[in-house]
Amino acid sequence: MYDIKALYEATSVDDACRLLKEHPGSQVIAGGSDVLVQIREGKRAGKELVSIYMLDELRGICLDADENIRIGSLTSFSHITKNPIIQKYINVLGEAVDQIGGPQIRNIGTIGGNTCNGVTSADSASTLFAWDAQVEIAGEGYRRLVPINEFYIKAGTVDLKEGEIQTAIIIPKKAYEGYKGHYIKYAMREAMDIATTGCSVNVKLSEDKKSFEDVRIAYGVAGPIPMRVPSAENFIRGKEVNEENIEAFAQKVLEDINPRDSWRASKAFRCHIGVVMARKACEKAVKQAGGKVDDRTEL
Amino acid sequence: MEVGKSITRVDAFDKVTGRTKYTDDLCDAGAYVAKIVHSTIAHGKVLSVDTSEAEKIEGVVKIVTCFDLGQYRNYFPTAGHPWSTDVSHQDVADRLLLTDEVKFYGDDVAAVIAENEVAANQALRAIKVEYEEYPVVTDVLEAMKDGAPQIHKDYPNNILKHTSLSRGNYAEAIKEEGLTVVDRWYNTEPVQHCHIENFICYAYAEGKRITIVASTQIPHIARRVVGQALGIPWGDVRVIKPYIGGGFGNKQDILYEPLCAFLSLQVGGHLVKLDCSREETFFANRTRHGIKFHIISHVRKDGTYAARKIEAFSNQGAYASHGHSIAAKGLGAFPQLYPCDNVEGDAYTVFTNRPVAGAMRGYGIPQAMFAVESHTEDVAKIMGIPPIDFRLKNLMPQGYKDAFSKNENYYDTFRQCIEKGKAYMDYDNRVKELSKQTGRVRTGIGMAAFWYNTAVWPISLESSSSRMVLNQDGSVTLQLGETEIGQGADTAFSQMAAEVLGISTDEVHVVSNQDTDITPFGTGSYASRQTYVGGFSIAKTAGLLKQKILDYAYILTNMPPAITDIKNSMIIRTTDNRELISLRDLATEALYSLSDSRHITAESTAQIKSNAYSFGCCFAEVEVDIDMCKAKLTKIINVHDCGKLINPALAKAQVEGGMSMGIGYALSEVQLVDKKTGKVLNDNLLDYKLSTCMDHPHLETAFIENPEPTSPFGTKSLGEPPVCPVAPAIRNAIMNATGVGVNELPLRPEKLYEYFDKAGLLK
Repeated sequence: MYDIKALYEATSVDDACRLLKEHPGSQVIAGGSDVLVQIREGKRAGKELVSIYMLDELRGICLDADENIRIGSLTSFSHITKNPIIQKYINVLGEAVDQIGGPQIRNIGTIGGNTCNGVTSADSASTLFAWDAQVEIAGEGYRRLVPINEFYIKAGTVDLKEGEIQTAIIIPKKAYEGYKGHYIKYAMREAMDIATTGCSVNVKLSEDKKSFEDVRIAYGVAGPIPMRVPSAENFIRGKEVNEENIEAFAQKVLEDINPRDSWRASKAFRCHIGVVMARKACEKAVKQAGGKVDDRTEL
Repeated sequence: MEVGKSITRVDAFDKVTGRTKYTDDLCDAGAYVAKIVHSTIAHGKVLSVDTSEAEKIEGVVKIVTCFDLGQYRNYFPTAGHPWSTDVSHQDVADRLLLTDEVKFYGDDVAAVIAENEVAANQALRAIKVEYEEYPVVTDVLEAMKDGAPQIHKDYPNNILKHTSLSRGNYAEAIKEEGLTVVDRWYNTEPVQHCHIENFICYAYAEGKRITIVASTQIPHIARRVVGQALGIPWGDVRVIKPYIGGGFGNKQDILYEPLCAFLSLQVGGHLVKLDCSREETFFANRTRHGIKFHIISHVRKDGTYAARKIEAFSNQGAYASHGHSIAAKGLGAFPQLYPCDNVEGDAYTVFTNRPVAGAMRGYGIPQAMFAVESHTEDVAKIMGIPPIDFRLKNLMPQGYKDAFSKNENYYDTFRQCIEKGKAYMDYDNRVKELSKQTGRVRTGIGMAAFWYNTAVWPISLESSSSRMVLNQDGSVTLQLGETEIGQGADTAFSQMAAEVLGISTDEVHVVSNQDTDITPFGTGSYASRQTYVGGFSIAKTAGLLKQKILDYAYILTNMPPAITDIKNSMIIRTTDNRELISLRDLATEALYSLSDSRHITAESTAQIKSNAYSFGCCFAEVEVDIDMCKAKLTKIINVHDCGKLINPALAKAQVEGGMSMGIGYALSEVQLVDKKTGKVLNDNLLDYKLSTCMDHPHLETAFIENPEPTSPFGTKSLGEPPVCPVAPAIRNAIMNATGVGVNELPLRPEKLYEYFDKAGLLK
């Protein structure tokens, strides 16, 4: 039995924004896989809920007129993984969200909820950071766009003002065209787990596949919110594709990431695997982009 | 033959269709809900409990605090051991229904009774408790130091109990020349049972008696403990055990049955339900004991042991529960697995401000085997002897007999089990192939052996009682005090009864639920004794019932019992196998006869004055990604000699379940406690890393069926054994892959990082 004061079912985006304003302090609920857990824990017990779950206009994935990828905020993780547009252009996002929880959670959980929850461990977040995602936010009668790195303000807090909901996540064409990516979730078991650290890398290689035109790398759980790693990105841009450069790129990560010591894992351990993950994710991304690099992991 | 067949378990259909009723399904919807106020400090005194705000919440019926116990302030023991009439063997009585003397973070300080769960939870948040805090100690060695916080009076240095063993002359034996000394520490940590159904019970009063329906393994023991806790006659307590969703030893302890009964009495005997959350199951039920071991071996050049020494330090947590029995069992196993003429051992069980440790599948042996079999591998490596050769040279030999238990190793079991495991792994070839690896991802292979006791004799005299009733149609209803807790005991019992009676298993109707008012006395499901112990009373009672049936057949057929028997549900003449009358017709006539009507029933108690060694081994192959500090289990087999299999399919399932538990114990599971506050940090299934099916390779099982001579059905223990050898086998495989022996469980990535880093593997 959940301690819920009231539940209001929104009939449109505007209606949702109006309901949120009418009921100050109320909580948006979509799939409920985070919110209901928090209510059970007592953290959000006794709250009024505004449900946006019936708003089908917020579901689905399409290419807009400029071929940007638009992901409705209510799109479930399973739908993202199975979507042909995602598979064709940014398959890594589908792979990343396919590592969340278990099948039931992936069917009910939404990418909007995953990001609005504001936690650094969200499996979608590091990949969205790495792909320069834009977040679309609606208030009553208006919409606005913010880059994902500005959307996250601090742990548990995102850029949503009272009466606003997130409506879509957009991956701009210039961010994905020519890039290939790989995500590594480091967790303590193979399913039903929270990331100890997550690392998402995408690369754009030169036409001859011999050098890096661009590399973007982002982490979850390397700081209070998901983060990009400019030191490593700046180092490798324009460099030749080889083992030494990738290793140096991976070491550069330590200049920016700042994981904390916690009972879940020590800082030293997180830094160590952070470097290993950067190397492995980069090697995988290079291979996907058609480049060649010796795989040190083989016997 | 009904025994030895893989028949479908008798409760399978109901369980997979959801028809099976568990405690919560049976509880009336009008029950009040009870919730416990758990302490938010680990050690101290409750000064006051302010319930004023909570009492104003709509739906709150009553709040009872540790200061309101009145006549019910009785210290009681909780361990699910049979009661001992010898005072010196009785379990330590150190629990109160609610306490003002807080000993761990989560201790039970007060309880709320409300009309519904929401109101109860709101009240929990509104209650304010004021404490006087004492210093906290969570580490076993710290707790033993002089000046450590004293948790229970009368237990200096927090030592609940210390026992020793000594064989030969250790001090003299170590003087032998040319000995290699291997001196190592090994650490195991507390883990939790994680049964699917959390503990739950409900209670109500009728007349002067109180009824408790509980998810327990031990209904008859629960009756006794509720009587002790409430200070009422034991016969005034009725305990009913429905189907339960697993126990693994956690429910071989009295958890909240007494509190729930007390709370019901506080509201006039109204129905009160107490349903533990998963979080409470983690911090306020029981855990496996974390035990630190120190083993010293003095080894001759030829790979034999001159002398050995073991010390075990068992972390009991805040209350005595099963206490020293666990460490003592681990200690007792040590000199028997690898017999040596000169052995010294000490085991200490020590109170700390951790959650309470109790019984858990394996009862000290998974801990002891991790230490002993890791050590065996270390010694073999140091001596330069292949680990299996080294084991076979030293393992308990055929013909070995233990002086205390009278257990005997009748067969060349260890060799047979190990050969079977080796064949599955293609061991010899694999070891050769793997010795040439140099990469960053390496594969390793390892194994471990173990022995396990079946029952408890001669520590206590065990008994098992059963009742059989011949129904009108010739079917037989069977009741036992031994309990089905998910392991499939009811099916094994039905098969054994059918076997003796000469009928088919589907003509046996086993009454799965125990009710202390109705069910023959039995101490429940614990140790690995259900099939072994139950087998004695089933054989005895079925023999009695059969005799009565054949006596009645004499009335009907004129053929005397000396030349009749029951086969395939027919009364036959044994001299020519002629079918005389069907059991069905006989049973109908017996109850509806116009001349000689009888209700054919039988009931008996069997005393069990024997015990049996169960044996086995585990082989594991792992792939270790050194840079990622991860070990992935890629292949595993458990081989068991548990005597004759009653039901091979169920035996296989039992082993798979135990292997799964062993895999979690090896690689990921640990109850983390904050050292300063004593708070459990990972009291949920996200942060407590119970392994998932994605973390398991195919689980291979194999059996050596050497019949156990002391059992009427040739059987012995299998419930707990599968978990015992898994963790050391995996640890030894990781050592084989990397050269690094990790001596602390679990072998999770952060631990591998620490060890690999120290060994210079990460440069």
